[in-house]
Amino acid sequence: MTAIDTIAGRPGAAAPGKVPAIELRGISKAFGPVQANKDIAIRVERGTIHGIIGENGAGKSTLMSILYGFYKADAGEILIGGQRTEIPDSQAAIRAGIGMVFQHFKLVENFTVLENVVLGAEDGAMLRPSLAKARKLLVDLAREYELQVDPDAKIEDLGVGMQQRVEILKALYRQADILILDEPTGVLTPSEADHLFRILRGLRDEGKTIVLITHKLREIMDVTDNVSVMRRGEMVATVRTADTSPTDLAELMVGRKVLLRVDKTPAQPGAVVLDVQGLRVTDGKGVERLRGIDFQVRAGEILGIAGVAGNGQSELLEVLGGIREASGAVTLNGQPLDLTGPRADGRARRDAGIAHVPEDRHRLGLILDFTAWENTGFGYQDRAEYGTGALIDQQAMRRDAQGKMQRFDVRPADCWLHAKNFSGGNQQKIVLAREIECDPDLLLVGQPTRGVDIGAIEFIHQRLIEMRDAGKAILLVSVELDEIFALSDRIAVMFDGRIMGERLPEQTDETELGLMMAGMAEGRRT
Amino acid sequence: MMDLSTLIQLLDSTLRLATPLLFACLAGLFSERAGIFDIGLEGKMLAAAFFAAAAAAMTGSVWLGLVAGIASSVALSLLHGAASITFRGNQLISGVAINFLAAGLTVVIGEAWFELGGRTPALEGAARFQEITLPLAGTLSGIPVLGPLYAEVLSGHSILVYVGLLAVPATWFVLFRTRFGLRLRAVGENPGAVDTAGISVVRLRYSAVIICGLLCGLAGAHLATGLSAGFVKDMSAGRGFIALAALIFAKWRPWYALGACLLFGLLDALGNRFQSLDLFGATVPTQFMQALPYILTVVILAGFVGKATPPRAGGTPYVKER
Repeated sequence: MTAIDTIAGRPGAAAPGKVPAIELRGISKAFGPVQANKDIAIRVERGTIHGIIGENGAGKSTLMSILYGFYKADAGEILIGGQRTEIPDSQAAIRAGIGMVFQHFKLVENFTVLENVVLGAEDGAMLRPSLAKARKLLVDLAREYELQVDPDAKIEDLGVGMQQRVEILKALYRQADILILDEPTGVLTPSEADHLFRILRGLRDEGKTIVLITHKLREIMDVTDNVSVMRRGEMVATVRTADTSPTDLAELMVGRKVLLRVDKTPAQPGAVVLDVQGLRVTDGKGVERLRGIDFQVRAGEILGIAGVAGNGQSELLEVLGGIREASGAVTLNGQPLDLTGPRADGRARRDAGIAHVPEDRHRLGLILDFTAWENTGFGYQDRAEYGTGALIDQQAMRRDAQGKMQRFDVRPADCWLHAKNFSGGNQQKIVLAREIECDPDLLLVGQPTRGVDIGAIEFIHQRLIEMRDAGKAILLVSVELDEIFALSDRIAVMFDGRIMGERLPEQTDETELGLMMAGMAEGRRT
Repeated sequence: MMDLSTLIQLLDSTLRLATPLLFACLAGLFSERAGIFDIGLEGKMLAAAFFAAAAAAMTGSVWLGLVAGIASSVALSLLHGAASITFRGNQLISGVAINFLAAGLTVVIGEAWFELGGRTPALEGAARFQEITLPLAGTLSGIPVLGPLYAEVLSGHSILVYVGLLAVPATWFVLFRTRFGLRLRAVGENPGAVDTAGISVVRLRYSAVIICGLLCGLAGAHLATGLSAGFVKDMSAGRGFIALAALIFAKWRPWYALGACLLFGLLDALGNRFQSLDLFGATVPTQFMQALPYILTVVILAGFVGKATPPRAGGTPYVKER
């Protein structure tokens, strides 16, 4: 809490004398025993883009929800433009000139853009005059801020980038001076994100104040003027972006030094563990998803599969994990695996020595409504250590769960907590603990750090490297090129159900891989 | 082959029989468009039928009966609202409870008040809705085809039939041309959007539920004081459920609802008119004819009529979350 005071004295940050657009003083909010916000103070200068960064669960979203009238703070005061303002509900926030773009858009899917913009801000009891007026205003706003969108398009027919524009238009239509965006780039492609940042800069230059909540350091560095860091419910620092670096911010977020890049020694590849030849998959609609895939993974190496999502990587993992049938030949340690029939299931794969950390942990990796101790044993519940016969030895399972949670630093280490109550990173650690500790020969990992915060990313990456060093084969699928480069010993690029080629990480770069991911370069070189 | 007068009689009773369905269907439309599933239409209709008949019998005024019917139905819909909006309960269970409540209470109270085995006394004169002859019905009846259609099909119904027909464009207008309608439809699709726009989800949903009660009240009153002359046990006879089927068939749209209800009304009228039907030498039994609307209900609910997407937030209580 003192951080703000020390920072305020620094040149450039929070120039005193100017009335800030938003000032929060001593905001606290608890949910039961959890203190989500502790005595938060922050000044957001008018006409700036102010980043708020912090790990998942640091309290960023709670703070913004208080500002938007979703939650009521237990203590503290809010000043908007220097005026003390009570914000008991969203209506009050809108009146105070605050607009919010939520991470999960608040749009009515089967309404048109125009109807969504007008909803709640109609002029009178009749709809048509409101819609006509909004249409005119929308055209003006679109021209002014590069926010072009067809007013008569239905939301469900628009891509996420467009939907986000609608959310911004909604706020502008309500004459918001302060725009809060909660993790706005999570769903965007890089070029959509760039466009968004252009829009935000344009809005700032018009005098609007933008608050950008994110956990991505790169965005903070790219677009913000000032940045505040939150950790465990507290505001630990507010600094000028120009005066800081990603490493400093990461340290402030996590509270300790963080390695943004994993240290690893060269791989010592051993015998071939997984051999895939001519793998083909046709989906339910008759579309060929895998069009003849060949590759090998050796013991003690990580093969990274790069590619834009939807080019067959998911299907590949599913086939190898025993969730989807395929044709072709796959051997594990020389033993052929069934690709169709009753022995082509997850159980048979586990018995053969394949563990699978699925891409979508909520759908395939966990049962969210079950406890952590149940989740740490799933898929292996028939093994002898969890009891024999029809009964499960719950004591043993819980003991085992406690051990796993401790070794994988799952927080809180409470094995009775339901899976859905853990943060994304801790959920992923639960899945990893289960799949790594069953001691497989081959580990399939899909998007290991999607939705996982920085501290946990570091941990997960280290675990995967350790596993490689222990002589296991790892097949990594990730859409994050940074991750592919950080972990892989060899990189294969998938495009349209085929492997476009293999590269060694030290002999290639993002540009070359990017071309291959777009299907523009062919050839094989290892 | 049917002659013209049979056809006209058939259409006449179609309209008459479709009216309670239409009211109930529009009632369900308002409720479900706002995200509150309501399988208690049946119970509300039944309660309204009873209280309308009872009040009409006691006061001799059908209008007081109508008021009593609507009041009872709105009371039950508020109960449903409290359970499903305020207390975020399960909407299906609340609806089922209301159906049981109405089925039991009407008979018990009826027996206590009138001692006629759960019936109300037969209604006569001003205690019933009288048939209205539309202007010029007599003059125009001479015109071939259109004349009789106007004079005998359209004219000569009780006022509630016309109210029901007018309720269709009115519903359409409210839903698609007013601010209230926009918000109502939005709250059934994504209450989060409504909430973040600064509008009260709770107030909107209660409004919808009250409109639902009002329309169910009209349905019940028509049943007891328009279609028949008094209340008998279980007189709604599943119409509330048929109205729900019609609502799905109509894809939650007012004009389609009119069509769906008229179809059900026609089947009902057919069953009444043709107790047994000779078809290609074989006799179709009475029971089959009377079961027609119910058979269609099953067919519709089994999804043979194409995909119908219900309001997306239907059936789930709104919990504020980020």
